[in-house]
Amino acid sequence: MPNIVIDGQKIETAAGKTVIEAAYENGMQITHFCWHPELSISGNCRMCLVEIGMPKRMPDGSIQNDNEGNPVISYFPKLQIACATTIAEGMHINTKKDNVVKAQEAVMEFLLINHPLDCPICDEAGQCKLQEYGYKYSKGESRFEEEKVHAPKHQSWGPTIVFDAERCIKCSRCIRFGQEVAKQDVLTFVNRGDHVKIELFEGTQFDNPYSMNVIDICPVGALTSKDFRFKSRVWDMSFNDSICPGCARGCNIKIGVRNNEILRIEPRTNPYVNKYWMCDYGRLSQYKFVNEDRVTEPMIRWKDELIPCSWDEAYAKAEESLKKFMPEEIMFIGSGRTANEGNYILSKFAMEVIKSENIDLFSDIDESFKDDFLKVSDKKPNCRGAVEVGIIPEKNGVKVQNLHDKMRFKNIKAIYIITDQIVQFRPILDEIDDLELLIVHAYNLTSLTKKADIVFAASTYAEIEGTYVNVDKRVQHLTPALVTAENLRFMGMKMSRLDKFGASNDRWTQHKLRNTLPHWKILTKLAEQFNVKWNYKSAKDVFKEITEKIPSFAGMTYEKLDEYQGLTLGKAEQPDPKVINYESHVMKPN
Amino acid sequence: MNITKNTENDRMNFWEKIYLPEIARGMGLTLKQVFKPKFTRQYPEEVWNPEGSYRGRPVLVKEEGERCVACGLCSRVCPALAIEVQASETEKDKERYPVKFEINMLRCIFCGFCEEVCPEEAIVMSKDYHLVFQSQEEAILGKDKLEVPIAKLQDRLEFLRQYR
Ligand code: SF4
Ligand code: SF4
Ligand code: SF4
Ligand code: SF4
Ligand code: FES
Repeated sequence: MPNIVIDGQKIETAAGKTVIEAAYENGMQITHFCWHPELSISGNCRMCLVEIGMPKRMPDGSIQNDNEGNPVISYFPKLQIACATTIAEGMHINTKKDNVVKAQEAVMEFLLINHPLDCPICDEAGQCKLQEYGYKYSKGESRFEEEKVHAPKHQSWGPTIVFDAERCIKCSRCIRFGQEVAKQDVLTFVNRGDHVKIELFEGTQFDNPYSMNVIDICPVGALTSKDFRFKSRVWDMSFNDSICPGCARGCNIKIGVRNNEILRIEPRTNPYVNKYWMCDYGRLSQYKFVNEDRVTEPMIRWKDELIPCSWDEAYAKAEESLKKFMPEEIMFIGSGRTANEGNYILSKFAMEVIKSENIDLFSDIDESFKDDFLKVSDKKPNCRGAVEVGIIPEKNGVKVQNLHDKMRFKNIKAIYIITDQIVQFRPILDEIDDLELLIVHAYNLTSLTKKADIVFAASTYAEIEGTYVNVDKRVQHLTPALVTAENLRFMGMKMSRLDKFGASNDRWTQHKLRNTLPHWKILTKLAEQFNVKWNYKSAKDVFKEITEKIPSFAGMTYEKLDEYQGLTLGKAEQPDPKVINYESHVMKPN
Repeated sequence: MNITKNTENDRMNFWEKIYLPEIARGMGLTLKQVFKPKFTRQYPEEVWNPEGSYRGRPVLVKEEGERCVACGLCSRVCPALAIEVQASETEKDKERYPVKFEINMLRCIFCGFCEEVCPEEAIVMSKDYHLVFQSQEEAILGKDKLEVPIAKLQDRLEFLRQYR
């Protein structure tokens, strides 16, 4: 392994790496725009110029030392780009010397000559690489007095992206992403010099399933999201870590929230799951159901209507109703959409409190959704985990495949279901009208919720703490991003700026907090109604019990899951090695 | 015990202690003021018109169309969190405009930071200091109440041009 020296710091690193890679893997940043660890090297922005030198050699090949025994370094006469220079034994790299700083200032000056500097109306402002470097590495003054080159500012690139040609700094990250990651080679440079511009091939659109990742990797605000454009400034939002519930890949995400509303979802780097990417489907489809059309408080059916009620009334009613049936007449349906904690407690509730063996879940397999990159055919994020924690029929239990028949022949008279989305199981939905009791833990007012007798308002993935198990059996931790009446204390300073400091006479805080509870909490309270006392204070307590009871989870804690970015089932003691995650630009002042 | 004593009682002489000459002196001072010119103004019948440098309630400048591009910088810099801006897209050159712009006058402390930070000179401090509300709701001024024609703001804009 070659030994190199960066800014006087000795580093040992694997052969074949570039200087910029060696630096960031050891926690040092070399300024750059066009380089990205997952894309090929283009070397066009020149922001990564550094001084590179090698030890001087004597004619016999040995290294020449000075009086103090240090090697004499002979530097290359010109600065080199760190992104395209491979390291060699003994290499010395200076990133902070005067000549390097001067080069950085010069590159910044060139880039800013034609940059419109319209930060006030640019969505990227606050997390822009050019802005960040502008503060840190440029002079803050322009010597350019002529008219800037103008270009179209509002060009549609397809269903998801708007391109602003003036803001583009021609780093070609988007072109390379299209070629190498999304495999849709439709972007290219045209013209030369200060008129160089990115263009789509005629008659094409940039509309692949991963298109919106270019918005994240574009170092400036040249590419903006049609879905998000102007919804909020980044500094007004909070970003909390979560897992995409769009499919069983379980891409790591950050949820951007302002005024207690999800405004956008963006990928979070996890080298073992999604690297830097996520699909457009996940990004666009997994937040509206959290914001809109929610069930915000428990409800009980009175004649033909669902009437809001208190939690205690709902628990009492559920107890009274469930007691009317024999245990084997009640079907419990868990969910691949909810976390292990909720599913585990459902299974425990069914077996210990009701003593029913009928526990199962609906899966949602869609082969057409699958591709050879991230998307997988299992469209629920946690079926694997649900089964692992006990959402599986006991010996004599009813399976969902047989549920339809069992309902027809009145063997199953009551259903307790902790999801509200079984739309794809039409036959069952038709049969549900004849059920004697339907209890739903609901997020939205779906057709299923509307048929329920008792509705418990449940917290979605964005409001709970918990764990999912992905398609590769990786257990991943999700944390809440939105505030409910229940998790207010827990969220505290994790809320967005306005949410944190709003008072009752501010309009933005006027909306009532949703009175929803996580599934495990609803079931714990309901068990209490049946005089069964469980001592869970938080999701953490539930997870602790899971790790004690279920061997494949043994040794895991939320802290450890965070530390290693997820652990594989049954392998808590052999985690994947920790790496420093490259972040292109995430400066988000709070 | 080691005590340093310095009570008022020890410091005053006999005449001061009996108060009467001091009262007479105070009355004399009051009497002198009666004959001096009056400064009291009969507000609101008599209204004072401040100079351009005065910082009254912040308002939005209205030309044809709006100046504000809903950048949210005023909202960010406002130390009192008085401003709420919601941007939206327009077909016009500037690309964005505020669909919602509200200043909570119960929060505003008239510091003028919003004016200072605004890249478009769209929000300026007006001369308006008559602020009367009958409810908390009413104190939250929307775009309709905030927009003021540019003609009425000339003094302030002139002041900003000279001294900023
Ligand atoms: S649009 Fe963005 S990513 Fe593409 S070349 Fe321009 S600056 Fe780079
Ligand atoms: S691949 Fe699956 S987990 Fe990843 S973003 Fe898309 S839907 Fe979500
Ligand atoms: S008033 Fe000025 S600072 Fe405030 S949002 Fe409008 S343009 Fe931005
Ligand atoms: S004057 Fe000061 S307190 Fe009032 S709105 Fe402007 S920034 Fe906020
Ligand atoms: S990062 Fe090296 S040239 Fe752009």
